[in-house]
Amino acid sequence: MTRKRRRLYTLLLALTGLGVATALVLTAFQDELVFFYSPTDIAANKPAPGRAIRLGGMVEQGSVQKLPDGVTKFRVTDTARTIDVTYKGALPDLFREGQGVVAEGMLAGESQFNARTILAKHDERYMPPEIAKSMKKADGEQQHSTGTLLK
Amino acid sequence: MNLHRFANPARFLRIARVVTPLAGWIAVATLLAGAVFGLVLSPPDYQQSETVRIMYVHVPSAWLALQSYIAMALAAAVALVWKHPLADLFVKAAAPVGAGFTLLCLITGSFWGRPTWGAWWVWDARLTSMLVLLFLYVGYMALAGAFDDEERGHRAGAVLVLTGIVDVPIVKFSVEWWNTLHQPTSVFRLGGPTIASEMLWPLGLMVVGFTAFFVWIVCVRLETELLHRKIRARLENTPA
Repeated sequence: MTRKRRRLYTLLLALTGLGVATALVLTAFQDELVFFYSPTDIAANKPAPGRAIRLGGMVEQGSVQKLPDGVTKFRVTDTARTIDVTYKGALPDLFREGQGVVAEGMLAGESQFNARTILAKHDERYMPPEIAKSMKKADGEQQHSTGTLLK
Repeated sequence: MNLHRFANPARFLRIARVVTPLAGWIAVATLLAGAVFGLVLSPPDYQQSETVRIMYVHVPSAWLALQSYIAMALAAAVALVWKHPLADLFVKAAAPVGAGFTLLCLITGSFWGRPTWGAWWVWDARLTSMLVLLFLYVGYMALAGAFDDEERGHRAGAVLVLTGIVDVPIVKFSVEWWNTLHQPTSVFRLGGPTIASEMLWPLGLMVVGFTAFFVWIVCVRLETELLHRKIRARLENTPA
């Protein structure tokens, strides 16, 4: 075996080992690497009381209520389960019914969530307003608002 | 080995005499056209309105940040295994360029995130792995420059670059493996792009422009480095 060949095999072996190690670590930390939990995740795996978590899902159609003092109430859904969210403060521009949202805060009771921060999630679709309008007409509101946030 | 033909500095200089100006002019033309179409003539987005224009800089810089790193890792492997004289110099020439693209990607992303998400920065898998990529670039530059013996610096740097390659698939697939605040990929996906065509082709122009710019600047940096070495060698050989 020439020295070049030996160096090549050593390198390939080292890279394979590194790849496998990384894959194992990432798989082991799967639950810590997600940015948010869906209502179904939270129902299946209750976080410790008082622990700050991120709840993610879709703002349910027709659920947004603006109360006085800048308080907003809405429901976050992953189509299977729903959690009621209360938030006080300014909302991001892209916060809309039928759009993805991530709320940071704490669970209070069974399906009640007190949010400290609200982040709007944008999906991967980019189009001019005219096309969006005609698509809306063609598909109907419901179909159109179902993004790919929830796989 | 055929690769040797391209690793010869004299041959590289001959090829670069053609490639460098060609890449430079392609970059000027496509970046100008891409900027006009992307920043002025293309339509606003139905959700993000004018903020969408950040994409025409953000997405090409993200791609080039990854492409430069992949090219550097390949060159680092060639340098370690075959000891080609040009491969180490390529890694060194490309590193600050790749770091620049990564930084540009993070900064433009931040400017987009504030109005869209409501946050300048979040620690989700995509953003975090991209920040790690920036640290890899900066780490390579610091490490490769930290040795008195240039050869050893290059070797240590090449090992770092190759180790860091694990971050590239993590950046790319983070949005599919885990849920993130960053949206999934819009262009290279099963079922075709989810960007309207009047936005997609200015984006394509910008990607061509960024790539040509990368080729141009790396060629210039390599030519400069080789000339620098030639001058140094000549000075050392002339008696004072």
